[in-house]
Amino acid sequence: MSIENLKTFDPFADAAADDDPGSSSKQEDYIHIRIQQRNGRKTLTTIQGLPSKFDRKKILTVVRKKFACNGTVVIDANMGEVIQLQGDQRKYMQEFLCDKKGLELDPKTIKVHGF
Amino acid sequence: MASAEETKDTATSHSLAPTDDEAPPADDAVLDLGKKKKKKVKKTEDGEGADGEAAADGGLDLTLKKKKKKKVPKEGTEDEFAAKLAALDLEKDGGDGEETAAGEQSGDMEQGTGIWKHDETKEISYELLLERFFSLLSQKNPDHASTGSRSYKIPPPQCLREGNKKTIFANIEEICKRMKRSSEHVTAYLFAELGTSGSVAGSKQLVIKGRFQQKQIENVLRKYIIEYVTCKTCRSPDTDLNKGENRLYFITCNSCGSRRSVTAIKTGFSAQVGKRRKMQG
Ligand SMILES: [Zn+2]
Repeated sequence: MSIENLKTFDPFADAAADDDPGSSSKQEDYIHIRIQQRNGRKTLTTIQGLPSKFDRKKILTVVRKKFACNGTVVIDANMGEVIQLQGDQRKYMQEFLCDKKGLELDPKTIKVHGF
Repeated sequence: MASAEETKDTATSHSLAPTDDEAPPADDAVLDLGKKKKKKVKKTEDGEGADGEAAADGGLDLTLKKKKKKKVPKEGTEDEFAAKLAALDLEKDGGDGEETAAGEQSGDMEQGTGIWKHDETKEISYELLLERFFSLLSQKNPDHASTGSRSYKIPPPQCLREGNKKTIFANIEEICKRMKRSSEHVTAYLFAELGTSGSVAGSKQLVIKGRFQQKQIENVLRKYIIEYVTCKTCRSPDTDLNKGENRLYFITCNSCGSRRSVTAIKTGFSAQVGKRRKMQG
């Protein structure tokens, strides 16, 4: 016989997380993947808002090899550490962030911008 | 079988309905294409059965009387005949019908010419009537016409290249009007999404730095519409964007009245592109 009340599972746990998009804390947690045009056909991909538990340098070394592109970590006054990659890596990056072999992040927290 | 032959004949050559019985063969031939339909109609509608029957029985000239015969069966009470006729009619419709649709059922429904004339007695095919229904509906009541498939249409963005490095978005004003949003808001979103900047040129055109294709601008506009135009509850695009309390923006739906907050447009991180940053120190 189980006593419902003693369970540690909170049925409303994710309801709170899903709702009110207005709550600022949730808002800031998004990871933004953006694209910028450079000269000619060249583009730049930036990844902003990665959770601080990840080491950007390590991500970079993995990603550089994986996507065969160069990249750096830029430290921005407002946005913190931002990963910057050469070329349009948005799709690959999104996959990498959500992938089990990657960072295993929730796709809902990732926003891909651009065309 | 006289009836079969006759029916066949009818398929190939019909005479005018009104002059059915008396119509001279020559007339028939001339009017043929144009009037087939009429004949049919008349057959069904008019009480010329007696004449037609007589003709059929007497083995009248096939070319002239085909129509009549057809008529006869339709009108006639004889079951056999009726069944045969029905079969023939079907055939006719299959073969001839197409011709008639193309040849006869023309005319401008707007101007009421051809088959759409007020006093026209020709049968109008179901497809044509259906077409007319939808064209009228979309004309007079566009809201209703669009509810079904929720087709929200904005004109495609017009993109021109200015020089080698800039893109002109020519009809931003028109598109903004259609979405009921200020061009400033749309512009801010475009710049944030495309990671670029730009300016407004004289004739309300937007000049965007960078090279963008129409498809790309369109994609961004699509995202904008999903995020800032359509109602999340009823998906209606008929909404207003207003500044609410706390510097938040709210979308109010004019169809269902629901209200939701939307995030402000944020440019986010923007990488140093082009000129090198000035050396520090
Ligand atoms: Zn609504």
